[in-house]
Amino acid sequence: MSTNPALNETLFDASELTVSMGPQHPSTHGVLQVKLKLDGERVIDAECVIGYLHRGVEKLGEHQTYGQFVPTLDRMDYIAAVSNCLGYCETIEKMLGIVAPPRAQYIRVIMTELNRITSHLLWLGTHALDIGAMTVFLYAFREREEILKIFENYCGARLTTHMFRIGGTQYELYEGFEDQVRTFIKDFPKKVDEYETLLTSNRIWIGRTRGVGAITAKAAIDIGLTGPALRGSGVNWDIRKAKPYAVYSEFEFDIPTGSMGDTYDRYMVRMEEMRQSTRIVSQAVEKIPTGPLMAKLSKIIKPPVGDVYHSIESPKGELGYYIVSDNSTMAYRARVRPPSFVNLQALKQMVAGHMVADVVAVIGTLDIVLGEIDR
Amino acid sequence: MQEYAIDYVLIPLIKIGIVFGALSGVIAYLTLLERKVIAFMQVRLGPMRVGPHGLLQPIADGLKLMLKEDIVPERADRWIFTLAPVITLVPAFIVFAVIPFGPTIHFLGRDIGLFITDINIGALYVMAISSIGILGIILGGWASNSKYPLLGALRSAAQMVSYEVALGFSIMGVLMLSRTLSLVGIVEAQRDSHVWYVFLQPLGFILFFICGVAETNRAPFDLPEAESELVAGFHTEYSGFRFSLFFLAEYAAMIVISSMAVTLFWGGWLRPFSSIAALGFLDVIPGVAWFALKVVIFLYFYLWFRASWPRYRYDQLMKVGWQILMPLAIANLIITAVLVLAFGGAK
Repeated sequence: MSTNPALNETLFDASELTVSMGPQHPSTHGVLQVKLKLDGERVIDAECVIGYLHRGVEKLGEHQTYGQFVPTLDRMDYIAAVSNCLGYCETIEKMLGIVAPPRAQYIRVIMTELNRITSHLLWLGTHALDIGAMTVFLYAFREREEILKIFENYCGARLTTHMFRIGGTQYELYEGFEDQVRTFIKDFPKKVDEYETLLTSNRIWIGRTRGVGAITAKAAIDIGLTGPALRGSGVNWDIRKAKPYAVYSEFEFDIPTGSMGDTYDRYMVRMEEMRQSTRIVSQAVEKIPTGPLMAKLSKIIKPPVGDVYHSIESPKGELGYYIVSDNSTMAYRARVRPPSFVNLQALKQMVAGHMVADVVAVIGTLDIVLGEIDR
Repeated sequence: MQEYAIDYVLIPLIKIGIVFGALSGVIAYLTLLERKVIAFMQVRLGPMRVGPHGLLQPIADGLKLMLKEDIVPERADRWIFTLAPVITLVPAFIVFAVIPFGPTIHFLGRDIGLFITDINIGALYVMAISSIGILGIILGGWASNSKYPLLGALRSAAQMVSYEVALGFSIMGVLMLSRTLSLVGIVEAQRDSHVWYVFLQPLGFILFFICGVAETNRAPFDLPEAESELVAGFHTEYSGFRFSLFFLAEYAAMIVISSMAVTLFWGGWLRPFSSIAALGFLDVIPGVAWFALKVVIFLYFYLWFRASWPRYRYDQLMKVGWQILMPLAIANLIITAVLVLAFGGAK
């Protein structure tokens, strides 16, 4: 391409190729459309077109009672439905000024961390598949299946689980729950090592991820990145530690961070997070307290007039809920701060100047879920 | 006259028929083998429904592809679009004309070589013909008049140029040792010197196989059809029977490269340890079986690579080709040349 902008203007059609990647494309993880401007294989510009999966979830929140809204939220980030549920239930509890009983809190932490592992496993499998390593995908799904079995035994659903209720949890743990979880967490770190033997030191994998989609800590904060995407750039920010919610302050775990902020660092951060989640679960499962599952609250939930923002660390980043109540049974306004939506804004910056093949790597490393972006 | 007709018309025709039929069958079952092998590596079962353990799956797949609607995109260049799969498939098959599957055997009072023909430029013929195949990929991608196929075609054009050269250089060491381009001659030279050329040319073999994998557009060099980036690359717009031609060509090319690796480096139809008399009982197994076994081992490597490795990026592929493989191939060539000069070539 010429450096003279006037010349580029006239040669526009000759030097650039506009490719519409998506909304039906194997590697855009749903119905994301990325309009790519290419110079040969090099990306000049990328524009995301979203909204293909818009279902008006936030508006639905104004027309469903607080309790009815929970299953709808499971359909946002359907990969991590338990996190969605936890964040919302805690927000409403905060409005009502109640706290779920300890037993419920422990169940919530165990389930949410297991869900974090399933979310990261799905990310790992699809991310590796996008870069061409297909076997990791099936290995990751093998372990994910074990967790989904635990979910199914607990609440009957595997994906959109509707796991918790406002004020606690509905179901008592099933018999053999602890053993099933212990078996899983005993084997799982070895499986993570197994994925790492296929990828971490593989020359092609390093070549495909090192330096790709690099973003500095400052730029990451400016965009508002959260979750592993932010920690990959070396910022130690995890809401579980920074603003502890549920009972996370009772467990020991580390927050892994990267240094270069590239795809490889984000990969390493998520791999380590899976191990740390295992650590949290192994601590929690040993000391589940006895007691009630639900806090005392009236059958009809009518939070006092006011608004509240509460956020949790979902597998993708900061998942926040902003709820305005007018003391009726339904929210006056329900707003979600979806981590995927904010993280996706980094795509343009991350892919500029890279190759087409890197676009799928970057989409993979951002770990987006379109259900959450479009809501 | 009658003798002439039998020797030069009838027997070659029978051989061609056998090779063509066997090759088609092998390609069909190679697809099943690929699915099964990769399935077992990925802790799943692979095709199980059609026939016992999915053994009839290739037939079902073939039938399905033939019966599917034949679509030519409206804005495609119809002639080139139709021609491209043929250009890719035909060279992949006619390469087998010179591959020696076994030694000359005595059968019905005649000496019959287990190869269709033995020409004195066999190795050159294989290199020349097999590189035509990529022309079909480029034309197919271009004629589709669609963006993803175009990118796929551009990638294969670059890939062809990069790896063809290194591939050519990598076999030169063997040619210098055997002092012949005839593939039968190369195997016989390995028999006479009692050593397979892989032991004299280990670097040459590794380079040959890497470049061969790249030539056949297979993982980790499967960029022209990288499904996660380019949807399906050059054959995105192809469907039904035309698609299956591309598919067959890819698998035929895998067999060509494996056969060439066996012929040039692994002693062709020769049994292992041909110099050790104590292992003479291995001679019971015919040469064709040894050849087939070795080819299957290489095909297995192809599948193993696909299950294990991520895909290279376009610029990395170029870098590997030009900055690593090419210099190594030339170094191998020079060292071999010096040693051949010093020690007098074929031992």
